[in-house]
Amino acid sequence: MQAGTVKNKVQPPLTRKDFKSDQDVRWCPGCGDHLILASMQNAFAKMGHKKENILSVSGIGCSSRITYYLETYGIHSIHGRAIAVSTGAKLANPDLNVWVFTGDGDSMAIGGNHFIHACRRNIDLNVVVFNNRIYGMTKGQSSPTTPVGLKTKTAPGGSYENPFNIGEIAIGAGATFFARVPDNDLKMLEDVMLQAYHHKGISIIEVLQNCVIFTDGIHEKITGKDTKDENQVILEHGKPIQFGKENSEGLKISGMRLEKTTAENTIIHDAEEADTNMHLSLVRLKLPEFPVATGIIRKVESTPYEKSVHDAIADVQAGSPFKNVDDLFRSGNTWEID
Amino acid sequence: MTDTVLTQEMRKVVVRFSGDSGDGMQLTGDMFSQSSGIAGNDLTTIPDFPAEIRAPQGSIGGVSSFQVQIGGTEIYTPGDAVDVLVVMNPAALAANLQFLKSGGIIIADKDNFSSRYLKKANYEENPLEDGSLQDYFVIRAPATSLTKEALKNLGLQTKEITRSKNMFALGVVLYMFSRPLEKTIEFIEKKFGNKPKLIEANTKALNAGYNFAHNTELYGHSVHVPPAKLPKGTYRNINGNKAVAWGLLAAAEKSGRKLSLSSYPITPASEILHELSNRKDMGAIVLQAEDEIAAVTAAIGAAFSGNLSITTTSGPGVSLKSEALGLAVIAELPLVIVNVQRAGPSTGLPTKTEQSDLNQALYGRHGDAPMVIIAASSPDDCFYYSYEAAKIALEHVTPVLMLSDSYLSSGTSPWRIPEKEDLDEINIPRFEGPPDEWEPYMRDPEFLNRYWMAPGDKGFEHRIGGLEKKEITGNLSYEPLNHEKMTKIREEKIQRIAKKLPKQKVIGPDSGKLLVVGWGSTHGAINTAVTELMDDGETDIAFTHFNYIYPLPENTEEIFQNYDQILVCELNNGQFVNYLKSKFSEFSFRQFNKIQGQPFFTSEIKAQIINLLSE
Ligand code: SF4
Repeated sequence: MQAGTVKNKVQPPLTRKDFKSDQDVRWCPGCGDHLILASMQNAFAKMGHKKENILSVSGIGCSSRITYYLETYGIHSIHGRAIAVSTGAKLANPDLNVWVFTGDGDSMAIGGNHFIHACRRNIDLNVVVFNNRIYGMTKGQSSPTTPVGLKTKTAPGGSYENPFNIGEIAIGAGATFFARVPDNDLKMLEDVMLQAYHHKGISIIEVLQNCVIFTDGIHEKITGKDTKDENQVILEHGKPIQFGKENSEGLKISGMRLEKTTAENTIIHDAEEADTNMHLSLVRLKLPEFPVATGIIRKVESTPYEKSVHDAIADVQAGSPFKNVDDLFRSGNTWEID
Repeated sequence: MTDTVLTQEMRKVVVRFSGDSGDGMQLTGDMFSQSSGIAGNDLTTIPDFPAEIRAPQGSIGGVSSFQVQIGGTEIYTPGDAVDVLVVMNPAALAANLQFLKSGGIIIADKDNFSSRYLKKANYEENPLEDGSLQDYFVIRAPATSLTKEALKNLGLQTKEITRSKNMFALGVVLYMFSRPLEKTIEFIEKKFGNKPKLIEANTKALNAGYNFAHNTELYGHSVHVPPAKLPKGTYRNINGNKAVAWGLLAAAEKSGRKLSLSSYPITPASEILHELSNRKDMGAIVLQAEDEIAAVTAAIGAAFSGNLSITTTSGPGVSLKSEALGLAVIAELPLVIVNVQRAGPSTGLPTKTEQSDLNQALYGRHGDAPMVIIAASSPDDCFYYSYEAAKIALEHVTPVLMLSDSYLSSGTSPWRIPEKEDLDEINIPRFEGPPDEWEPYMRDPEFLNRYWMAPGDKGFEHRIGGLEKKEITGNLSYEPLNHEKMTKIREEKIQRIAKKLPKQKVIGPDSGKLLVVGWGSTHGAINTAVTELMDDGETDIAFTHFNYIYPLPENTEEIFQNYDQILVCELNNGQFVNYLKSKFSEFSFRQFNKIQGQPFFTSEIKAQIINLLSE
């Protein structure tokens, strides 16, 4: 009973329009969130999953407005708790195709505990983290991913806290699928969303999202037209790891760490390797020494949590002498009063 | 040696079994209770565990006790003072003698009153021999040595042999109450199903105790407690936590919804989580959440998905959940929250009972966030009130908070297993027309609940959330007047539930000098106190007990106006009385509060009533 099975196939196929709600979209013009919304609507249409079995859940923050704009079942929950709400929903009904929309503050600060435990359990949720490295909705405070030195409302002299690397946290906590995607690469975004949908178990998608108001250009070096070839290494399973102008550069293992090398000497990306070492090394690559890794960094098979729970229930029920509560209540030590 | 308080025919008797944690006193007490139930007695039990998981053997801190009151009349409490005290070692005697009535019977395992164990219990002399127990009737039973003797040819290890001595003690007590051994032997057989040696050992020890009693001082001292007039049916003993779990299972089955529980471990509520984790056979879907907030928010997710959704906890957990409870209120989702209260604030007395989370239940949320509150009043009625909590939540599409407490959670009473028709139907409001005629916040005209449509219902895709909603459509709305209107609707919706609730009942005269009021778990002690005073000829008092706290039953005011004074008894610093004062300021309220982590004694309530009447 997993999402993505034939049971959930919808006929005739849906289109992007089917997933547009009647609510006005209120994000700032130029905000990366618009791109994520469009990609999500396209991806939903392509999944072909019954619309009544899709659930979108969000927390609080600019990102979390998205549930009002998606014509699916939706819960706009409270700050930090979207993953926990979704865990309950998915476990209650494993047929649901569940999407969580959260931000770097929502998922890494107030909701950090739920994030790591969902990764640990490997429950089949698809979590899109809108990482703009700032609190947008509350107007510009530091977030757990704010880079050192960035001036914010709460760090007027520049932030001196070490930021989280979302991929490192996710993979470290046991996530079986992790991808990082620039918000302006719509093709990659949609493709990653579709792959996350088909992945059984938790999928974490970190979107490098641009906030035009508070951190405009924060990902520019990675995502910008002129710099991305040099500063982004797009990973594809089974393909050589290459980047730079005309893909001339690559990565090799040297001692305990990765090092730049030529395209000919580069290693092949294996997203399906169970061991986390190489995936963690890739996810940590950072400017200026290295390009930043994007694409699907990790994608390994492991039994999703909700399947284990429901299989166990089915097993016990098949072997139980109790068919209803009355059988249970009358079992054991009872006596009659006439 | 004194005369005993026991007579041949008794209406009520209190027995307390006490020994070291490893002595099996809970099992012994439970088996005695079963045999009393079979004999037709009504009963109530309460365990008294050591606070530490592994207290040193033989120490007073390691004493584990089990108290039961049995009767030929309705029994609502485990009893104040003890008639028969079974002690397996000196520490048990030291810890429990304070509870024994003068003239009560002590059955002591004299083999364990060695200098080593006496010292551990701070006795300088052996109390069984130094004359200090002359106010009691003492049976010095060589339980350990006679058990060893009886079991010597079974090829068991010494440890297994000495562990059977609790059955020896049980045999003595069963003899005292003229109980046949057959049913108890059946229980032993069930309990040790696949271990024939242990069945034999326990049965032999039981017989040895029975024969010892027959051959000694107890001969001719047997006590008969007549059967109580209980309704016909099949019974079992049940504690409050299990009753909560089973009530919820029954509601899930009746409503045709799957049960989802998500909880975080906390004393004294964890047993509900354990029981439902064990109920995969009933299809229970259980999540042990990473924290209290995850537990409640996962429960909200499960509720939105269409299941009967529950989260169970105690007061500190409710504090952590309170933000999310606001979401359940504004989103208007069916959700059952069970608070098994303990003494607070903070970690407080985590294993002790108190009714001090009432204010939290009533007022402990930000914003205007009314919630249905109901409270159970006995271990067995925890079943009905958890069923009722689920029924109200599902039928009115609203969160319901059920209060139990530490005392109810571990106490037991006989529970008449309901027949299928005994349980009310649960009718879930669903929109029967086409999706385009439906709006997420359309309401039932009579009760104002919305209709519960969930993922899987084609064409009913909709969004809910914590932001204020436009009336009917549920779209976001910041309009001032809409917010005021929605706030009032949410309150009115809860108030209208009162129309469905049973009328508040009064025991005693319809009017008079004093109305005694209780709520929740104190029913047993207050009811017993009032009825005993009435039996003694007191005609000026009446009693009413509340299980529905918010909203209150519709006839509450009608009842209150007929008495000169209203005495509210509760285990906190006056939370219910202040709530009542805020609602009915015209009446004269008095209060009796106990805040010691202990339930009321019947005698305390009686004294309070007598004092008030003689003012
Ligand atoms: S504040 Fe930033 S993140 Fe929020 S909507 Fe505007 S641009 Fe987007």
